[in-house]
Amino acid sequence: MTSYAWAQGRLRGIDLSWPTFALLTLVLSVLVLLPLFWLVYYSFRNDAGGGATLDNFIALVADPTLLRAYGLAIGMALGVGALACVIATPMAWLVSRTDLPGRRIIRVLVTASFVTPPFLGAIAYEIIAAPNSGIVNILYRKLFGLDSSQYLVNIYTFTGLIFAIACFTFPYVFTLVANALDKVPSDLEDASAILGGKSMTTLRKVTIPLVLPAMLAGTLIAILQALTMFGSPAILALPAGFHVITTKIWSLFQFPPRLGLAAAAALPLLVITVILLRAQKSILGRKGYTVLGGKSGTPRVTQLGPWKWLAVAFVVTVLCLTVFFPYAAILKTAFTGTVGDAISFDTLTLRHWKFVLFEFSATQLALRNTFLLGFMTATVVTAIALVVSYLVIRRSVSGSGFLGVLATAPVAIPGIVLGVGLFLSYANPTFQLYGTIWILLIAFMTIELPAGYQQMSSAFSGVHPELEEAGRIMGASRLRTLWDITAPLLRTSVVAAWCFVFVGTIRELSATILLTTANTKLVSVIIYDLNESGDLGAICVLGIILLAASFAVVFIANRVPVLGGSQMNARG
Amino acid sequence: MWTKIFSAGLLAAGMTASSAAMAEAPAPYQITPELEAAAKAEGKVVFYTATDVTVAEKLAELFKTKYPEIAVQVERAGSERVFQRIGQEYSTGIYSVDVIETSDAVHFQYFKREGWLEPMVPQEVADKWPADERDPDGNFAAYRAHLSVMAYRTDLINEAEAPKTWKDLLDPRFKDKMVKAHPGYSGTVMTATFVLSELLGWDYFEKLGAQNVMQVQSSTEPPKKLAQGERALEVDGNEYNIFRLLDEGVPVKIVYPAEGTPLAVGNAAVLKQAPNPNAAKLFYAFLFSLEAQQLNSDFGGLRSFHPDVKEKAGRTPLSQIKLLHSDPAKLEPVIQTIKSNYEQYFGT
Repeated sequence: MTSYAWAQGRLRGIDLSWPTFALLTLVLSVLVLLPLFWLVYYSFRNDAGGGATLDNFIALVADPTLLRAYGLAIGMALGVGALACVIATPMAWLVSRTDLPGRRIIRVLVTASFVTPPFLGAIAYEIIAAPNSGIVNILYRKLFGLDSSQYLVNIYTFTGLIFAIACFTFPYVFTLVANALDKVPSDLEDASAILGGKSMTTLRKVTIPLVLPAMLAGTLIAILQALTMFGSPAILALPAGFHVITTKIWSLFQFPPRLGLAAAAALPLLVITVILLRAQKSILGRKGYTVLGGKSGTPRVTQLGPWKWLAVAFVVTVLCLTVFFPYAAILKTAFTGTVGDAISFDTLTLRHWKFVLFEFSATQLALRNTFLLGFMTATVVTAIALVVSYLVIRRSVSGSGFLGVLATAPVAIPGIVLGVGLFLSYANPTFQLYGTIWILLIAFMTIELPAGYQQMSSAFSGVHPELEEAGRIMGASRLRTLWDITAPLLRTSVVAAWCFVFVGTIRELSATILLTTANTKLVSVIIYDLNESGDLGAICVLGIILLAASFAVVFIANRVPVLGGSQMNARG
Repeated sequence: MWTKIFSAGLLAAGMTASSAAMAEAPAPYQITPELEAAAKAEGKVVFYTATDVTVAEKLAELFKTKYPEIAVQVERAGSERVFQRIGQEYSTGIYSVDVIETSDAVHFQYFKREGWLEPMVPQEVADKWPADERDPDGNFAAYRAHLSVMAYRTDLINEAEAPKTWKDLLDPRFKDKMVKAHPGYSGTVMTATFVLSELLGWDYFEKLGAQNVMQVQSSTEPPKKLAQGERALEVDGNEYNIFRLLDEGVPVKIVYPAEGTPLAVGNAAVLKQAPNPNAAKLFYAFLFSLEAQQLNSDFGGLRSFHPDVKEKAGRTPLSQIKLLHSDPAKLEPVIQTIKSNYEQYFGT
């Protein structure tokens, strides 16, 4: 079959499948494998004089500060996973399977928390819950008339860090579990009910086991996100006096830089990520039975009855903590003098806006770079993902499966590791890409490719090949059918994938932080720089601009008629 | 690669800077119409600085009112971050910076040794600057100085209870109350940590680390945490940020301990590979002008070596403060020790 297809391709002579395949394989290999190669190379290289050595790995095992950073990072990640799961699962069930009021708007609001960059969320929580100046603690002291040494919550702690990260990673669990619950067939639950099971028994013995794989998979993603996150730990863990592994790797780049040790310290992170992803895959692989009966009936809706108000209170609390409070804190800080000020007409000021928009010279450049890179990355990644998933799903070229593996592989590379790898690969006199936006484009493409590919390939599996076959029979080449027939059919998915990648690019910080220079500043990086000098007002202004622009781009992309906008409404 | 450069640099530091070419400083220059025209033709100057961002932007604004044709791109980060950035850029052949300024004097010894600096002496520096506040070979000069000071919120700690000496900070009553910047980020704090560890020994820092001190990065940040009311007492931080808070009416007070207060000198220099050499030369001369130095003092609260700068009333003059000077040649070889000791006692 394959040799036949190959021979056909050759006979026709105009089919570009093979050259496309070869080119994509080359591009993806360079994107993914080159940084990893340099990472491994440097980890075995002596920083001082060159030459092969195991010193870096010995230092890695012998250095208690590195081991402690790893221990804390793993602990933090597990904590985030558990908390995200505990928050998200009941919420997903309430939204998907009960008569809770306002279910649709809740889903939209969860998406809003997903779009918020975690570092911005962490800064918002500094404003809300710092032990002395945090709004919550000020109110607490005022309400109970306590002296200044008392506080209710302290975000600069290990638990505070876990909380602040979980607030902005729980949407991963929520989305997966809610989707799974949407698909669980009602007949199994009905069977339980007929056999005399009370609704709680049914929930415990039937529904939960059925969505358990989705829960675990979502939790694993949350764990992975937390483990590889740079921004939030840098903002909350460093003031608390501890490093997690990502901030520790970052500190190894300070003068005098220890590149070999940084590379060696990054490798276990890669290994852990691969292990977690394999675990996720094996769990998701067994999920088949939940979808199996997916068409056998509408999901059962549980009447909450008197519990309704408790459920509403729970959901509102979660949304307050993850969306309303952080956004309110950012807005307040953007318009008042310092964080401690109460809101009144005296303290309202546009000083921070004036500073960011007219005095701070980095703003315009950073905004331009950020959106330019967002557009470029989203467009390139969507295009590559479209072609790759076409080649893989339609198996038009033998060995195309390998391309799919390559496109998914970067998922296993944490941002900070990729940053180190790309710095080692391209910041040398041969390439001289460091200091240009191209190195950032490469980084973002690599980071976002798996997400884009996943979205496109699942969309492709939903389109029957017969339409394409019609095109092929009429004499069009493969790529032509792809562009003329398949792509238009998939346009809503294309737009969705594009927006997803765009938002992902805008909020990226962990790889970016190692790769930017003066001329390639991004908004995320200047927010981080400003945080290190304590200019919270300016950060909040930039955060608002960033969020508003991201929402606007996503909104416009979904409404432009040419792009098939009207059908997008359901996606929120 | 640049690791090699640095390790070579560290070795060279041990052997003193004797091997570097010891040329005489070039003749002082003045701002001529030709220089102004050439600078305007370039239209842009890139300034890497470690001065607080609002102060640096204010300075850029003043420059732009004089030369509207020349844009100033201010790149502000902590001293060590600026240093890291220029190191990464130069090792990969990127020459985007014209004028550089950090508060860690070690950096300028390093730049000079590497031959990255273009020697030049503005007339103002030649005429007015004290000899030990500028490089004898004309590579750089002290653009600003500031102290790393202890300070507290007067509404949260009353004067009688406030610390008077560095050792006072070890008192249990200050536990959970202090904020401190990081030597791995801030050149000011690196200098301060070095002189205080020489003066008081590392066991002082070990005990301080047990006081649950809030750790921030830049030396501009502890004063801002005081302003927010997040902490009542700063262990270190820029004096000039406190001056600015005093101007804004924030209830803070500086302590100048009898043991001495660490002095950080911020040098400035023009890079040999500057992409806009004439604009750089013009901007460099501007940095040392009375006008710019007076702005730094008035708006920024920085100390100046320009003898004609008038300090605002109410600020303690440098002559009445016991200063702790740091020797960059002694500091450079122990940077790694300071960082690892610090991490051991403070966690990061």
